[in-house]
Amino acid sequence: MSILVIGEHDNDELKPSTLNTVTAAQELGDEIDLLIAGADCSAAAEHAARVTGVKRVLKVDDPSLADSLAENLSPLIAKLAGEYTHVLVPASTYGKNIMPRAAALIDVQQISDISGIESEDTFVRPIYAGNAMATVRSKDAIKMISVRTTAFESATEEGEATIEEITGAQESGLSKFAGEELTRSERPELTTADIIISGGRGMQSGDNFEMLERIADRLNAAVGASRAAVDAGYVPNDYQVGQTGKVVAPNLYIAVGISGAIQHLAGMKDSKVIVAINKDEEAPIFQVADYGWVVDLFEAIPQLEAALGEGG
Amino acid sequence: MKVLVPVKRVIDANIKVRVKSDQSGVELNNVKMAMNPFCEIAVEQAIRLKESGSVDEIIVVTVGAAQSQETLRTALAMGADRAILIETEETPEPLSVAKSLKAVVDREGPGLVILGKQAIDGDNNQTGQMLAALLGWSIGTFISDLVVEESIVKVTREVDGGLEKLELLPPAVVTVDLRLNEPRYASLPNIMKAKKKPLDTLSPSDLDVDVTPRTEVVSVVEPPAREAGVRVGSAEELVEKLKNEAKVI
Repeated sequence: MSILVIGEHDNDELKPSTLNTVTAAQELGDEIDLLIAGADCSAAAEHAARVTGVKRVLKVDDPSLADSLAENLSPLIAKLAGEYTHVLVPASTYGKNIMPRAAALIDVQQISDISGIESEDTFVRPIYAGNAMATVRSKDAIKMISVRTTAFESATEEGEATIEEITGAQESGLSKFAGEELTRSERPELTTADIIISGGRGMQSGDNFEMLERIADRLNAAVGASRAAVDAGYVPNDYQVGQTGKVVAPNLYIAVGISGAIQHLAGMKDSKVIVAINKDEEAPIFQVADYGWVVDLFEAIPQLEAALGEGG
Repeated sequence: MKVLVPVKRVIDANIKVRVKSDQSGVELNNVKMAMNPFCEIAVEQAIRLKESGSVDEIIVVTVGAAQSQETLRTALAMGADRAILIETEETPEPLSVAKSLKAVVDREGPGLVILGKQAIDGDNNQTGQMLAALLGWSIGTFISDLVVEESIVKVTREVDGGLEKLELLPPAVVTVDLRLNEPRYASLPNIMKAKKKPLDTLSPSDLDVDVTPRTEVVSVVEPPAREAGVRVGSAEELVEKLKNEAKVI
C-alpha cells in the first residue's frame, strides 16, 4: 500500500480535516505521503511534516495553485496518483471540488465520503442522507477516495516527515479566482467543534440567534443552523448542518427549534449526545435526542443560560 | 447558446427509505420517485437564462431506466425544449454518467452544462466535476449565483468558510447548490404541451460508452439506531444531566 493524502490548507496552516484524513490513511498502510500544493505554502508544508504517520511531504509551490482551482489542482493530483494505490482527500468542499475531476482524468470511479474502511478495496459510506450504509468494493487499480472527517479521529502532531519539493503544476487558463466573502467568527469551526448549538425556523429571526451565541460562548461551542433558518436569512449558509450543508459529529449537539427533517438529521445524527429543545413534542428530532425538553425555546434559552451560569 | 441540463430520477426527498432485508439495496418498488431536488434547481436556472435572452435552447438529458422519461417530461413541462433519454438497466455510476454526458455534449455542442451538485440517493457529488474533466472545460461547483456573459461565466460558490467568486472561461460546467433559486411548478397546460415536445431515446452503445460498474455493492444496511432518550423538565435538570450523566459539559 502506498497512500497519498491531499492536504487541505490555506498556505499557512493545515486544515484540521487533513488530520482526520491521515488517520483514515493509517488504517490502510504506513507508506503515507502528504501533498501540499499551494503558493508560498512553506508554513503549511512544515505543519504537514509534523503530522504523525506521514513519511514524506510533497510540496508543490506554484502561483497557479494559490486559490485551489480545480482546473489547476486536479491534473497535478491525477499525475501523482499513478505512483500510489490510494489517494485520499477530506470530503470538505475543497476535496469534493477537486477529487472527482482528478479521478475522471485517470478513468477511476471515486468512492465519496467514506465513514469506514473494511479492507484495502472495500469501504463503508452513507447513502440516502445517511439512512442507509453501503459497503462497496472498488475494482479500480487506484482507489480515489474522499473521507468523511467526522468518522475518523484526528492524527496527532508528533511526526518528523521529510519535505520534498516537486514540480509539475500548470496554469490551465480556464478559471480565475475573483474574491471571497468568508464568515468571520471567534468561535470554534463548526466541523471540528466539541459542542454545537443549532437553531432552526423556530428561532423566528436572525436577532434571536444572539441568544444561542450567548450560550455558545459559555460552552465554547460553535453555532449551527437548519436549512430553514438559513433560507429565512437568519444566518449565513455556511452555518447549515445537514445533507447539503456540513456534516458534524460533536460530543454535544443542542438542537433548538429544529423539527429534525431527514436532511438535517443526515448532518448531525452521529453526534455523541443530542439535546432537543422544541415545543412540539411530536417533532422527529425527539426520536434521536438523548435529552428532550418540550418547551417554548424563548422560555428555555434564558433559563438554560441562567442554569449554565450558576454551574460556572 | 444551447444549454444542457442533466437530470436524475430519484426516490422522493421526503420519503424515509427502507433497506431491503437481503441487504442488496433500498426498497424502490412502490416508492414515490421524483426529480432530484438539485436537478430541479438546475432546470429552473436554465429556464431563467432562456427567459433573460442569454440562452436559445434547453436540452434535458438523463441516464437511467425507461421510467426516467417521466422525469424528462417534468423538465419539459417546466420549460425545457427537448429531451434525451440514455436508457440503461444498469445503475449508472457517476463516471459512466459523465462519459455518456460527454458524448451528448460532443453531439449537441452546448456552451454550458448545468447540473445539480449531488443526487440525494447516491450522495456522490461527482458527476459535474467528472464531466468537466472529460471535456477539459472550466468548472464552478456548488454555485449560489450565476451570471452568463458572452466571454465569461461568473459564479459564486458555497464553500466551507463562506462564499467564493470565480470567473470561468466558457464553455463551462456548473453544479448548483440549493440556494441558487426557487424552482417553479409546471402548470397543467405546460404539462399537456410537454407531451408533444421531442424526446429521443439512445442507448449507451449508440454513444459508444461502456457503463459496466467499477464498484460492487457488497451490502446495504440500516445505520445503527440511536437509543431512545429521556425527557427533562427544566434547564437545571438538563444541565445537571449533561454534566453528571453524559459528562459532555
